[in-house]
Formats: sequence, structure tokens, C-alpha cells
Amino acid sequence: MLRFLVRRTLGALVILLIVSMVTYALFFAIPADPARLYCGKTCSPENLALIRHEMGFDKSWPVQYWNWLSTIFSGGTFNGVHCGAPCFGYSFDKKELVGGILADRFPTTLSLTVGSAVIFLIFGIGTGMLAAHKQGKAADKIASSLSLLASSMQIYVAGPLALWALCYSTDLLDLPTYIPFTKDPIGWAGGLLVPWIVLSLIWTANYTRMTRSSMVEQLSEDYVRTARAKGMSGSSVFMRYAWRGAMGTIVTVFGIDLGVLLGGAIITETTFSLHGLGQLAIQSFIDSDLSLLVGVTVVAATLIVFFNIIVDAAYALIDPRIRLA
Amino acid sequence: MTTQAKPEEVSAGSGGTPFLSVRDLSVRFSTEDGVVRAVDNLSFDVAPGSTLGIVGESGSGKSVTNLAVLGLHNPDRTEISGSIKLDGQELVGAPNRELEKLRGKKMSMIFQDPLTALSPFHTIGKQIGETFRKHTGASKKEARDRAIEMLTRVGIPQPTSRVDDYPHQFSGGMRQRAMIAMSLVCDPKLVIADEPTTALDVTVQAQILDLLKDLQQEMGTAIILITHDLGVVARTAQDIMVMYAGRAVERGTVREVLKAPQHPYTWGLLSSMPSLTGDVNIPLKPVRGTPPSLINLPSGCPFNPRCDFREKVIGGGCTSERPPLSPATGHAAACHLNQAQRQDIFIDQIKPRLG
Repeated sequence: MLRFLVRRTLGALVILLIVSMVTYALFFAIPADPARLYCGKTCSPENLALIRHEMGFDKSWPVQYWNWLSTIFSGGTFNGVHCGAPCFGYSFDKKELVGGILADRFPTTLSLTVGSAVIFLIFGIGTGMLAAHKQGKAADKIASSLSLLASSMQIYVAGPLALWALCYSTDLLDLPTYIPFTKDPIGWAGGLLVPWIVLSLIWTANYTRMTRSSMVEQLSEDYVRTARAKGMSGSSVFMRYAWRGAMGTIVTVFGIDLGVLLGGAIITETTFSLHGLGQLAIQSFIDSDLSLLVGVTVVAATLIVFFNIIVDAAYALIDPRIRLA
Repeated sequence: MTTQAKPEEVSAGSGGTPFLSVRDLSVRFSTEDGVVRAVDNLSFDVAPGSTLGIVGESGSGKSVTNLAVLGLHNPDRTEISGSIKLDGQELVGAPNRELEKLRGKKMSMIFQDPLTALSPFHTIGKQIGETFRKHTGASKKEARDRAIEMLTRVGIPQPTSRVDDYPHQFSGGMRQRAMIAMSLVCDPKLVIADEPTTALDVTVQAQILDLLKDLQQEMGTAIILITHDLGVVARTAQDIMVMYAGRAVERGTVREVLKAPQHPYTWGLLSSMPSLTGDVNIPLKPVRGTPPSLINLPSGCPFNPRCDFREKVIGGGCTSERPPLSPATGHAAACHLNQAQRQDIFIDQIKPRLG
């Protein structure tokens, strides 16, 4: 187990290095000049050169990349703001440290993800198991058709529809806002309820379909038949055997989904005007804010890589045939 | 004329009241293509402590019959009629709760492929002990001790440590031993072994069959051995039932059926089996054609399209009338050929090939 974790962590660091390097390289491949944007309309060539130098854009991209990388460990000072290690640079556009902006935005994405994950796991797995249990019967058909309908919805369709139905035309629920949990837990839940509902509606559908199909597959396994042949009751066959087998698939997919969701639900956050990591990613791209863009990218990549390792470790706990090495 | 009518030995071997008695069993599945008549009017008995070998090609209804005995068919898609009596208790139409109490306790099953039939997620000991706990209410500790005892009995080395292994840590033969241990953990009076050696090496096959035989003698269990291998039956069983298209086409003692088979299908099965002692130059002769569709059976005798001897039937009833299994007791076959014809054909044409 320890060997596995060490090996995978080293692998993850290599991936993150590559991701950040590619982000740098791609940024310089697009014809944007952040210095010019920053300099404004009345921009003399001297001024521009000065700003360029100040921002570090006068060097080649590998040098800049190296500077960015070493600043993580050594820290630095930007525009008179000191940035201690680990330092992810400074956003000249927002005039703030990248680390600070990320720390400021992450709770929104985290709240959005955790809340909807709880909802879609409970309802998705529950409905999927019900459908598998009533396979071929009315309950199964209803659940399957509804989830097909819901999973073919898109956030940008379902989101505005929900806003209209629940907020604008009826005033049933609050408009989406983010209030920190520590400040007002009820307000936190109330402000995120509509995004949770919409996001989990679509994800519930996916998890229903996935749970149903893996349960149906497991229920037709030979060892499930053996369990019945030795007199196990229906519920024990369903939970101890079939669910045990289906769990592996669900945990794997959930782990990866969680990483992706935490890295920022771009469309959801934009639809509901929530200022999370996803929206930050778009914003930093539009503003040609390199250090922020790299920061968001690296955070998102770290989350995905991290949850991949968690998934693999969890899988070994679920399936004794898998050995970590 | 060699009608070996010994009513006591019908298909019950050692005589007395049968432990399992199947009468007019029919199993039908509804599918999108139509109704599959997987088992049609099948009757047989198994006496306590005896072994019945059920032989036939894939799709002849062997496994379906035995899954029906255990009540493992999906009731939504299966229609079962007739009667299955286990130790006097009617199983057809019995509530699932009742069947759950019997499965694993009074009757149990050994499946073909022990790798897929054992759960990869639970240790061998848990899987054996679970059955014991379910039926006896034993504690976890008692169940574990019982599992170790059973593993010792089926010849697993170091059972106290192997009990905590998972199936993938066992070899094929050991898995099947564990499967046998699991099926015998509650001392059932009937064990259904569905091709228990098909997935195993030939050397291991013999060991497993010997093990089953030993345990049977020790515990007095009745065994139904499903196989397509007549060699396995000859080695283990007292009685044979040959199935074709969901019906019994021949039944009798092992000696009767293997030494003086009466049905053309049994002849075909025997001719397609290599003999170790016979002349190597005699080519094997497989049964020509393929098994019929169970949705749309040939009219008359379902074997008639594949039968080499149907022209010999006086009056040509093969395509119009389904022959009953006769005589009602003892060595019997379901064929329109009369006794004298069957004996002549067997002695003249079949026996020389068998070596």
C-alpha cells in the first residue's frame, strides 16, 4: 500500500508538471499579449516594454515556466506583495495572489459539488437499485425512461428552466448565491438549492442508469445464482453479492466524476452566476491572465489525479483480486 | 426379447421410497421468439444414497430440470407444471421462503465452473460458513470452525489458513473442492452436480469424482450428476437418464444403458465417444445434425431428423407420433423401433464400433 501511494504520488507530480508546461506552451501559442491588455489604450512603447519586463513576459516561455516553477518553492514578491512558498504567482489583472484567488473561489465549487453529490448518489443509486430489483416491471420502465430523459437534458437548458420555474415566476426558492457555510449554514443551503437540484437531476439520471446496468449484470453472474442455490434470501443476495460487485464500477466512476466536478463545473457555475473555479477558468482565459489560468488548470488537474489515486486504492479494498503494487 | 423389467430398480437404484420424485415436469420459458419448451413431461426418481446420471447434449434440458428442482428459475418468465417432491414435500408452487429453507440444507448444487460460481468478493470460509449460519443459526466462530472441518474433509491442505483465502487464490481443482465443501456443509440429502468436472483438468476430474463418491458413501447423499460425458456416468452413477429435447429418451441402470442401449440417440452418443481399449482405426461417429430448436420442435419423435434408422420403423410413425418412454418401469426407451429391431441394430451395427 505504501509503495503504491509513493509510486502513484510521484507519477502524479510528473503529470502535473506536464500539464502546467503544456498550459504554458499553449498560452504562448495563442496571439495574445497580456502586457498590451494591461497597459491600456494610451500605451507608449517604453511603457509597454516596462510592463512586459515587470510581468516577466519579455523572456522566452521556457524561462518563464522555470521562473513560475521555482517560485512555487522559493516564493517571491509581486507589485510589492509578498508571496510565501508555496506561491502560485500573481494575477496582474486582478492584482491579487493566485493562491488567494483560488482559496477564495474553491469553497463555492466545493459546496456545489458536495451538495449535489450527496443528492445524486442517494437518489441515483437508490433508483438504480430499485429499477434493477423490479427489472422489466413498471417501476423499472418508468425509472429508465425518466433517467433517459433527464440525462439527455443539458445544464444550460435545465438551469434556466429551473430558475424560471422555481425562482423568477414563483419565488419558491432563493436565487443562487454563495454564502459561506461557516457564516450561515441555512443561507448556504438555501442559496445553492437550485443549482444542486439541477446539477443532481442530470447526474442522478446517469447514476441511475449506471447502477441499474451494473446491478442487472451482477445479478446474472454465476456466483449470485450460487448464493441463491445455497438458500440465501433475496435481500442478502441483492446486497451482499450483487451490490458488492456493482460497487466497484460505481466507486470508480464516482471518484473520477468527483475530481472533474471539483475542478469546476464550468457550465453550471456560469449558468447560475456562481463564482467558483469553473467560472474562474473561463474568466482567466478571456482576460489572458496566464498565472491565474495555470493556477486553475493545475488545481483542476491535481484534483483529478488525486481522486484517481483514491479510486484505485478504494478499488483494491472492494475487490480482493486487485493487488496494489 | 430383453425386457429387463425389474420394477424395484426402475430408476431408483437401491429401491425403496425415492428421495426425489419428479412427475410430468414441464418447464417453459416465454421469449420474444416464442415459447421454449425446455423440459416436457419428464418423470424420474432418485433413491436415497444413489446416483442418477443425466446425460444429453447442450440444450437437452438437463440443467433446466435441475434448476427447477432447486426453484432457481425466474418465476416471471418461467412456467413450471407437474410435480417435484423432495422427501414428500411438493416443491412446484412452493413459496420462495420455503424453498430458501430447503436450498443448501436438504438439497444443494455444485456448479460447473467454480471460478465464476464462487463470489470473488468473499473468502472461501465466509462462503461456506454463510450457508451453515443461514440454516443452523450458528455463530460466526462455529461457522468458521465448520468451514475448516469441511475443507479438511474435501482434502484442502492447511485448511486453517486456506479458509481465509479468496477463490482466486485457489487452483481450479481446489475451487471445485471448496464448492463441494460448500454444498455439503449442511449434510444435504440431495446434491445436484451440474457438470462438476467439465471445467477441470482430466487428472483433477477423477479426483473430484472419487471425492464425491467417497462423501456420498460417508453421508448417504443422493446425487444427480448432470454431464455430457458418458465416461463420468459409468464411473459414478447407478442409474442413467438420457435426455433429448427436454424429454427422457432412455433410462435404466448404468449397466443396462451402457451395455445394451436401446435408443438411436444413445447409440449416437456412445459411438461419438472414443474408447481407450478399442481399435484406434475405427473412426468416431458423431450424431449428425444439430439439436432441434426447442421453440419449434420437429413433429413426431423430436430425434427423427437426425435418426439413421427411421426408415426401419414399420408404418413410419417417426414424423407423426411422439413415442412414449416404455415400458413404464425398468430399462426403457422412447423409440418406435420394436425390441427385436433395436437389439438387432445394436448388435449388428453399433456394438462393433464401440470396441
